[in-house]
Amino acid sequence: MRTLALPEEILLTIEKPARYIGGEVNSVMKDRSKIDLRFCMCFPDVYEIGMSHLGIQILYDMFNRWEDVWCERVYSPWIDADQVLREKKIPLFALESQDPIRDFDFLGITLQYEMCYTNVLQILDLSRIPFFSTERTWEHPIVIGGGPCVYNPEPIAPFFDLFYIGEGETMYRRLLDLYKEMRRMGADRTSFLREAGKLPGIYAPQFYTPHYHEDGTLSGFTAEDDSMPLTIRKELVTDVSSTYYPQKPVVPFIKCTQDRVVLEIQRGCIRGCRFCQAGQLYRPVRERSLSMLKEQAIQMIDSTGHEEISLSSLSSSDYSKLPELLQYLIEECAERKVNISLPSLRIDAFSLDVMSKIQDIKKSSLTFAPEAGTQRLRNVINKGLTKEVILNGAIEAFKGGWTRVKLYFMLGLPTETEADIRGIAELANEIAAAFFETVPKQQRREKIQIVVSTSFFIPKPFTPFQWAPMYPKETYIEKAYATRKAISEQLNQRSIKYNWHEADVSLIEGVLARGDRRVAGVLLNAYRRGCFFDAWSEYYHHEEWLAAFEECGLSIDFYTMRERKLDELFPWDFIDCGVTKQFLKQEWERAMAEEITPNCKQKCNACGAARYGCGICMEPKGGA
Amino acid sequence: MKLRVKFSKNGCMKFIGHLDVMRYFQKAMRRAHVDIAYSTGFSPHQIMSFASPLSIGLTSDGEYFDMEVNAAESAEELKTRLNAVMAEGIVVTDIRRLPEGAKNAMASVAAAGYIVRVREGFEQGVPFAEAVERFQKEAHAYYVKQTKKGETTLDLKEGVHTLSFDQNAVTMMIDTGSSRNIKPEMVMECLYSYYGKQRGDFDFVIHRTETYGRADNGAFVPLSEAGEVF
Ligand code: SF4
Ligand code: SF4
Repeated sequence: MRTLALPEEILLTIEKPARYIGGEVNSVMKDRSKIDLRFCMCFPDVYEIGMSHLGIQILYDMFNRWEDVWCERVYSPWIDADQVLREKKIPLFALESQDPIRDFDFLGITLQYEMCYTNVLQILDLSRIPFFSTERTWEHPIVIGGGPCVYNPEPIAPFFDLFYIGEGETMYRRLLDLYKEMRRMGADRTSFLREAGKLPGIYAPQFYTPHYHEDGTLSGFTAEDDSMPLTIRKELVTDVSSTYYPQKPVVPFIKCTQDRVVLEIQRGCIRGCRFCQAGQLYRPVRERSLSMLKEQAIQMIDSTGHEEISLSSLSSSDYSKLPELLQYLIEECAERKVNISLPSLRIDAFSLDVMSKIQDIKKSSLTFAPEAGTQRLRNVINKGLTKEVILNGAIEAFKGGWTRVKLYFMLGLPTETEADIRGIAELANEIAAAFFETVPKQQRREKIQIVVSTSFFIPKPFTPFQWAPMYPKETYIEKAYATRKAISEQLNQRSIKYNWHEADVSLIEGVLARGDRRVAGVLLNAYRRGCFFDAWSEYYHHEEWLAAFEECGLSIDFYTMRERKLDELFPWDFIDCGVTKQFLKQEWERAMAEEITPNCKQKCNACGAARYGCGICMEPKGGA
Repeated sequence: MKLRVKFSKNGCMKFIGHLDVMRYFQKAMRRAHVDIAYSTGFSPHQIMSFASPLSIGLTSDGEYFDMEVNAAESAEELKTRLNAVMAEGIVVTDIRRLPEGAKNAMASVAAAGYIVRVREGFEQGVPFAEAVERFQKEAHAYYVKQTKKGETTLDLKEGVHTLSFDQNAVTMMIDTGSSRNIKPEMVMECLYSYYGKQRGDFDFVIHRTETYGRADNGAFVPLSEAGEVF
């Protein structure tokens, strides 16, 4: 039996002890004496969130297939456990072996959202790993960051030894071999980091220095010497049908956010919505083959015993073999009594048919994400969805018995006016009106329910909107109020419910997203003031963040309110994500001209990603 | 065909709560390809019902659930298949076929056996041997139970069927289930109370040895006895 790091007296007094004991079905145990290298994967949020992340499951499976490596997991201890670890001076440990993180060779941290950055500091702190890369020795693991946030690693650069830019499947083997080799030769840690930083896709931040103009903008970004690459190009899997995929995902004992098999059907998205970072970062679209997915689905259902399977991708309706895949899954899952949880699909005859087969119409809802209230603004953001498409989809659905509609919008998009905000309310109203017209009174079994949700737009690196300013907090709140008021003025306002997100955290997220290396100081300051679990609104302390900026002498407005000049050097410009800055600029200009750009299936817009020579870039154009 | 499955829950599994154990077995049935019966409807669920929930922190060698299967070859074969997909700490120890019309596991529960041991590194809070003796001699053992509605008093003597002490461990068989539910902690508190003491939260570790139902003649028998070997 494994010995647990936490004594029973602690485990029985904290919430959900299962978060800390490991031992889940399909978790991997190895013999310490038979491996060369120990890697700990970390998702810096609570277990139930972290366990639901597909990327970690993929890498966990990949590492553990290698005989010389044992990969384990760690998540942010929840507030109660965090306190006990500090009080009792118990170092943070990995779930499988229950050994201290500090004893590992690597600590890999995935960064999925900016508001988890303070949790990274929590992990380092509890593991007793110095915060700064430059203060670490061979006594400490190599701390390496990955995930979408590392496309602008600068705000967290001092805390990491390395960053892995891009998809993890390609370069880890070479990195680990380099590590083994250099450790054997007795190399020092800094030399290893320097050599690692020369591998494709690997960024070793301590060998680079940012320089600033007097106005605070970046004037240059230099490497310690000529041997370090000045551009780090993202790593990418060119053939997603013959690569690692977990055959036996770990099955948590407690209920997690994703308590199901997740089948990733493709990577990337053909649509270049101009606010969307994922749509640019993961270009080009690469579909997994139908035969691989069929095999994977059954294998994972069998190995986990999950009662549900869901499809994952940025825009599942665009997967070319979706009808065949769903047909197969519906048959196989019916036999195995497994539910299919559908991703949000474009609402049309096909998706309605599928939905009616596998969901209870009364309980399911239609989801539309027009993101903006008028066609004008939808052109600005390049969201192809038109009012006609939404209304026609809704009408078909109402005829089929659906009565619940969810609408997602963003407030604070570039060029937004009052008319666009009113447009949100009017669109919701028209959908309600369409219901009343489509469904005769005597056939209305349920009331129509429309839920409008808005979030505040946050400009992200590597999007055409990376030049855009944000708004002051008061303006965001006014915008939310204006939306609410406009909805209340509609004829069908009784059928429309409105939700909106907090503005405070959006501004901080805005800074962390487009910040430079100086922001690291603010992060550490905020952490020392007790900020962590910032992604959890009940633990988000806005005043402490304001105080941290104040104390570090940095202005939030500098990072959020400025419209950046077209020729400004950005902190993330040294990363090549496949899409060129030239393309993004052109898209920003087209946005201002309210012009839409066709998607990758219709026409290639020469974004730059074709250099990878794979996926959609290699296919003939002119489709739908 | 209705089967009664007996399992043990030891080691780290003591930290997994009752609802999670139920979810765990639902997934295990799929992994082991057990031909279990499902309810009808949009989200069919497995026909499975558990005997008596075990609190977090306790280990057990006598846990039970019933399940309806469409087909099963033999108990041995099914047991092997299930044990091949278990997490460390859970072992299926017995599977029996229930006769038509048998009461379900939960309704059958009448009593449970426990061993209460002094936790490693802790001392006996009170002299257990003496306390157990006194319990046996007393005519009544009143226990005041805090409930949502206030307090109720029950006489533990009516629900404690055996109680003994041997080598640092108190062994007992006590009423469990819906009609009178006694917890081993309640008995321990009673023993402490003889000395005017209160038990500490972590003074001992508790292990359930068996869950019992009543035979036709009124005798306590392990729940598995209601079924037959197949
Ligand atoms: S459809 Fe648009 S918003 Fe969605 S992933 Fe693609 S680019 Fe992003
Ligand atoms: S190169 Fe063309 S086809 Fe390829 S991702 Fe860019 S725009 Fe799409």
